[in-house]
This record gives sequence, structure tokens and C-alpha cells, in this order.
Amino acid sequence: MKTRRIFRRLYVFAVLLFLYMPILTLIVYSFNASKSRARWDGFTLKWYIALFQNEEILRALYVTLGCAALAAVIATVIGTLGAVGLFSMKQGPRSLFLGMANLSMLTPDIVVGVSMMILFLFARMPLGFWTMLLAHVTFNVPYVLFSVLPKLKQMNTNAYEAALDLGATPWQGLRRIVLPEIMPGVISGLILSFTLSLDDFVISFFTTSSAQNLSILIYSMARLGINPTINALSTLLFLAVMLLLLLVNRRSNILER
Amino acid sequence: MKTKGFAAPYAVWMILFTIAPILLVVIYALTDRTGRFTLENFRLFLDPIYFSVLLRSIGMALLCTLLCLLIGYPAAYFLADRHVDPRGMLIVFFIIPMWMNFLLRTYAWLTLLESGGLVATAVNWVLRLFGANEEVRLLYSYQAVLMGMIYNYLPFMVLPLYTVLTRMDASVEEAAEDLGAGRAQVFWRVKLPLSLPGVFSGITMVFMPAVTTFVISRLLGGSQFRLYGDLIEQQFLFTGDWNFGSAMSLVMMVLLLISMGLMNRFGDREGGGVL
Repeated sequence: MKTRRIFRRLYVFAVLLFLYMPILTLIVYSFNASKSRARWDGFTLKWYIALFQNEEILRALYVTLGCAALAAVIATVIGTLGAVGLFSMKQGPRSLFLGMANLSMLTPDIVVGVSMMILFLFARMPLGFWTMLLAHVTFNVPYVLFSVLPKLKQMNTNAYEAALDLGATPWQGLRRIVLPEIMPGVISGLILSFTLSLDDFVISFFTTSSAQNLSILIYSMARLGINPTINALSTLLFLAVMLLLLLVNRRSNILER
Repeated sequence: MKTKGFAAPYAVWMILFTIAPILLVVIYALTDRTGRFTLENFRLFLDPIYFSVLLRSIGMALLCTLLCLLIGYPAAYFLADRHVDPRGMLIVFFIIPMWMNFLLRTYAWLTLLESGGLVATAVNWVLRLFGANEEVRLLYSYQAVLMGMIYNYLPFMVLPLYTVLTRMDASVEEAAEDLGAGRAQVFWRVKLPLSLPGVFSGITMVFMPAVTTFVISRLLGGSQFRLYGDLIEQQFLFTGDWNFGSAMSLVMMVLLLISMGLMNRFGDREGGGVL
């Protein structure tokens, strides 16, 4: 009994070690004074200083955050309205429009990327921040749709009908009655969209050329080999993710209470 | 509720940016550079040079999926055990890496696998114990790419398995135990069949990105090692042969849709049959 438990713990520990060893190594090496992996030349913060003096990296950071925030907001508006509209459709057209969302989610990223690149170049749009934004909104919309739809199904539609009977316009009914009910779904769609956008590489890679996001920058730097500045950047991003997760966790704990 | 009109922006957006691009891919795949209808792109695709890359990608993704399942199932199973005290705590540690940028996770392995890196040093040390005198290069190899895939996609296997296993009604397991089933029997006859939906969604979530990746092969496999995703990328960004690139994208898309359709039907039948 006891050996079994020890074995199980060791196994889980080994898998976690496999998952975290690369990340921890990156963090340790981000403080290494030597540029080489083989030597430890003492503690330094120079890679972090280099990071904040590197205009290219800072610009990529702004592009990433700006694109993710804009894409998340636009996708949430379109996706939420879409969910409300689809909800009142007949079976036929609804499954047609749901099918489009499914198709978008099931298409491999690389195919989404190249197909949108073809579309933009076909329409003679120069590839850059705005085309990347369009692509990000596109891959986010289905996720918003599918996080809002279940909330709509739980909702009591009589309240909306009553509001209309009492003279509210459909728009007022949506804003004052439906929206508060489905808010949790809207918020989780927004957060999901934001994180998907932050993390995206493949689709961005094909739909922009002038504006680089962090993923694209890391890719082009990593192709040239190891670069301690990327280590410093990874460490900061990793800490940011941990912090974000802790905050989200604490918030949901408080809400549960 | 009369709210159909609200879906208008959604409908326009999806038609413009999801349906239209896919239609363009289909049109490009079926035409040549001058715009005339042709099946030449698909014939070219059957050329051994390209076809072997497709087979290699599929083989590698299958192997990666299998290894993720073999490594991930016990981990999810142990974590979902109802006797583990801080249940739900440890699974967070499997989720955190999923939040980290995919490129950074891949890049991290460069550090470990390059000559002088931790893993490379350790492996060569072990090999020397067994009498090898030459240093083995780990980076830029088949194994390095496979490892990078497993590393990136393992959490995608563990998470659905964990979800299915924790949602499983504990009384089913207790009932089997009360009826005299041993540990092995409880696992093979009760828990494993009930967890199959999780297995299927894990397989889909690992296989799909693994078979289309071009980042992992580029960073850990070097310029010589090519997967199907690399070929597609190359057609669009270097060769500029959109027609052939579109044909390859279309083949990949159709293959994946078919395999996912089969997977879903298989999954449903299994799940339904057991319940």
C-alpha cells in the first residue's frame, strides 16, 4: 500500500520534472554572466537590462498586447451578438452558422494562416498589424460563441419577451435583460480570446510582415541559436503568467465564498 | 426570442474570413498559375519526395500521440485518485506550462539539448559509462523533434483524461469493489472503458497540432529535417507556389476532418455502449 503511494508520487514528480526542467534552466541561465551554456560565470542582471533597452522587443510587446486586447474586445462583441442571434434561429440556419464556427476551430492553424494570407494578398491588403488583427478576431469569435451559448440555454427567455411587451426595443432588451444573465460566459470568452491571441504564433506568422509580435520575434531570434536576452524575456513572461493564474485563482476562490 | 438580426455581423464575418479563405484555397488547389483548371497539383503531391514527408509527419505524430498517452494516462490517473489529499492542486502544475508561450517552451529545449547543455551532457556521460567514445549530438535530430512534440503536447493529453477521471462517479468503482473485483479488474473493466471519451479527446488534441507543426521541426530539427508543415510554409513563403501549397493544405485539412469524424463516431459508440 505504502510503496504504491510512493511509486505514484515519484511518477507524478518525474513527469512534472520533465515539464519544468527546461523552464527552470532558462530562468537560471537568464542570470548567467557567461553567454555560453557550459560555464557559469556568476550572477548578472545584464540580460534584463539589455532586454529593456532592446527597442525591437519592446515594440513587439506593445504589438502583442495591443493586438490581443483589440482582438479580444472585437471578437467578444461579434461572438456575443452572434450567439444571441443564433439562439433564436430555426434549426436549419443555426446549424449552418454553428458549422462555420466548428469548421474554423477544426481547421489546422497553418491552413487558417495560409488561407487568410491568400485572402489578404488577393484583396491587395498589405500584410501588417491590421491584417493580423483581422485574423486574430476570426480565430477568437468561435470560442466566444461557444462560451456564451450555454449561458443562453440556461436563461429564462420569458423575461426578454416581457421586456419587449412592456415597450423595450430589442436592443434595450439585450442590454438590460439578456446581457446581465450571460455575463459570466461573455467574460470567460473575453479572457480566453485574450490569452489565445497572446500565445498565437502560426496564424500571426502568415498574416503579418511589417508588425512583429513577441512570438514571431522569438522565432526569428531562436532560429539563430541561443540568445540570453530571450532567456530573460522568458523568465519575465513566465512570472507574469504565474501571477495572472494566482490572481484568477484567488478571484474565483473569493467568488465561491 | 426575436433577435436573429444580432447575428448579422457574425454571419458576415464568418463568410468573409472563414468561408472565403477556404474557398480560395480550394480554387488555388484546383488551378495552375494561369488560372486554368488542373489536377496537376495533386499529381505532383504524389511524388515520393513530398509523399514521404507526409508519411513521416503522420508516423511521427502517431508516435508522439502514443507516447503522450502512455506517459500521460498514469499521471492523470494518479492525480485523479480520490485518496490524494490536495486533489486539484497538482493538476494546476500541468496547466501552467500550457499558458507559457509555445515558442519559448520549444526554445527551452535548445538550451538543454545543445552540446554542453544539461541533458546533452548527462546523456553523453551515461553513454561513456557504457563505453562510447564519440560524443552524440542530440540537437537537430529526429529524437529531438519527437521530444519537443511530446513536451509541448503532453498537457493536452493529461488534462482531458484528468477531467474524465475526476468526473467519474466514485460509487461505480466502489460497486465493482463490493462485487469482488480486484484492483486490476476495476481498472481494466470499469475505469479504463469509462475514461475512453477522455482518451479520444486527448488523442485529437495531441495528434492535430503534432501532424501540422513546422515550428518544432524547424527549431529542434534544423534545416535538414522537414515535416509536412514545413513543406506548406515553404510553398507559401519561399517558393511562392500557392497552387501546390493550397493543394497540400487541402489534403491535410480533409485528412484531419475525416480522422476527427471517425474519432468522434468511434468515441460516441464506445461511450454509449458502456453506459
